Amino acid sequence: MSFVTVEDVFQSYDDRPILERVNVEVDEGEFAAIVGASGCGKSTFLRLLLAQERPSRGRVRIADAPPAKEPGLDRGIVFQKYSVFPHMTVRDNIVAGESLRLGWGRFFGQKSKAARVRADETLARTGLDHVAHHYPATLSGGMQQRLAIGQALAAKPRVLLLDEPFGALDPGTRLSMHDFLQELRAETGMTVFMVTHDLEEAFKLGDRVLVFDKPRWDPHDPSRYGATITYDFDARDGGIPFQKLQEDTHVLQASR
Amino acid sequence: MRLINLKPGPALTAFLTLLPFLAVFIAYAIGSEIRLAENPSDKLLPAPGKIWDTMVSLTTQGDRRTGRILFWHDTWASLKRLGLGIVISSLFGLVIGLMIGLLPLVRSALAQFVAILSMIPPLALLPILFIVFGLGELSKVVLIVVGTLPFMIRDLSQRTLEIPEELLVKAQTLGASSWVIAIRVALPQVMPRLIQAVRLSLGPAWLFLIAAEAIASDLGLGYRIFLVRRYLAMDVILTYVLWITLLAFVIDWSLRWASRRFFPWAKEGL
Repeated sequence: MSFVTVEDVFQSYDDRPILERVNVEVDEGEFAAIVGASGCGKSTFLRLLLAQERPSRGRVRIADAPPAKEPGLDRGIVFQKYSVFPHMTVRDNIVAGESLRLGWGRFFGQKSKAARVRADETLARTGLDHVAHHYPATLSGGMQQRLAIGQALAAKPRVLLLDEPFGALDPGTRLSMHDFLQELRAETGMTVFMVTHDLEEAFKLGDRVLVFDKPRWDPHDPSRYGATITYDFDARDGGIPFQKLQEDTHVLQASR
Repeated sequence: MRLINLKPGPALTAFLTLLPFLAVFIAYAIGSEIRLAENPSDKLLPAPGKIWDTMVSLTTQGDRRTGRILFWHDTWASLKRLGLGIVISSLFGLVIGLMIGLLPLVRSALAQFVAILSMIPPLALLPILFIVFGLGELSKVVLIVVGTLPFMIRDLSQRTLEIPEELLVKAQTLGASSWVIAIRVALPQVMPRLIQAVRLSLGPAWLFLIAAEAIASDLGLGYRIFLVRRYLAMDVILTYVLWITLLAFVIDWSLRWASRRFFPWAKEGL
C-alpha cells in the first residue's frame, strides 16, 4: 500500500497548463528526489504535495487521508530561504516546531523548561548548540538550513518536503548537509520529497529520482502543454540496482 | 581622489555635525545684533541672551495669579494629549493593520476604505470634531488619532503583507492557527515597523496637536505660542519652539533606542 498517492493531477494557472496527468505513488520511508528543467512544474508539484495549492484536477493523498485543503502538521517543509523565524533565537525556533500548534503558540512553566531541554538535544544533534541564543541572521547559510530542517523535524511531520534546500550553499557545506540529511533519515525513517537542480545530489540522496519534463511540445506555443513525470529512476545503490549479486558468495574475501 | 571617496575622520565628523547648528546660531545672532543696533526695543529678533533669561524665568517662576509654573503645566498637558493620541492610534493601527495584512476577507473589506479615508485632510475635520466632541481634551486627542491612524493602518498592513509567504506556510506546517500566526509570527515581525511608523507619525501628530491647541484650549504648548503671539513675545515663542523641538527629538531618539534594544534581530532602521 503506497503512503503518498498522487492521482491524475492537473494544475494550470489562468488556463496555462503547468502539470498534466501526474501519477505517482511513494512508499513510507522512501526518498524521492525531483529534478527537471526550470519552469517544469517541480516547485508547483511540491506546493501541491504541501497543500499550499489545490490541483485543478486529481488528488494528492497522504496515508489514505482525504486530500488536505491547507498546509498542516503532517507535512513539513524547508525552503531555500526564509525557512526560519528571524525574530526567534535558534533555540526558540526549535521550540516553535512543537509549540506553535498550541492555543497561544507557546509553552508555559514546567512544559516550557522541558521543551527547551528537548530543543537543546535537537540542537546538539544538528551541531548548533553553541549558537542556541543567537538570532538566525547571524548564522551561515548552512547552519540556517540545518536549523530549518531541525525545526521541521521537531514538529514530527509524516512527510518532509525540501524545496532546493541546499541550492544557495557552497559545495563543501552542501556535502556536509548531505551527510547530515542521510543521518537524520537513517534515524527517523522519514518519507522525503526533495526538489533539486543538482542531478548528482538527486542520485546520491534519493531512492527514486522523478524527472519532470514536457512530453508534448508545440514549437509555435511553448506554453501550450504542461509537464509530467517522464522518468522514474530507481536510484538506490547509485542508480544501478540490478547489478547486485542476488546471493551471498561463500568465498573468503580477504579484504573484509 | 574622487569626492565620493573622501571620508571624514571622527574629529571632522563631529565638527561637520555641529557646523549647521553653529551657522544658524551665528546667523541669528548677527541678524538680531543688526536689528537691535537700529532699534533697541525691537521685538522680532530678541538677543540670544534675552531668550536665555526668558527661558530661565519661564521654567522657574510661577504665574503671578496662580503661582503655577505654566511652562511645565503646558508641557504636561500637551504631552498627555500627544501620548494618548499616539498610543490609541498605534494600538488600533496595529490590530487593523495586522488583520488587513493577514486576512484576505478583511483586506477586501477595508483596504480600499482606509485608502480613501487617509485622503481626507484631518484639519478639515477639526470643526466637526469640536462640534461633536466639544472643546475639551477629547477633540484634541481624536484629531491626533484621525490624523495618524490611516497612515499607521496602511503602513502596518503593507509591512504585514511583506512578511515572506514562506514563513506563513512554514508556521502552518508547524500546526499554527491563524491566531497563533498573528501573535507569534506576524506581530513580532511588525513591532519594529510599528515603532518606525510611530516615529514617522510624530511630526504630523505635533502638527495636529498644536493646531487643535491654537484654536481652542486653555493650556498647552501650542496654546501658549498662539497666546503670546498677540504681544509679539518672540522670546517666549522661540523658547517654546526650541522646547518642542527638543521634546520631539528626545522622543524620536528613545523610540529608536527601544527598537534596537528590544528587536535586535531587525535590520537597522533610519
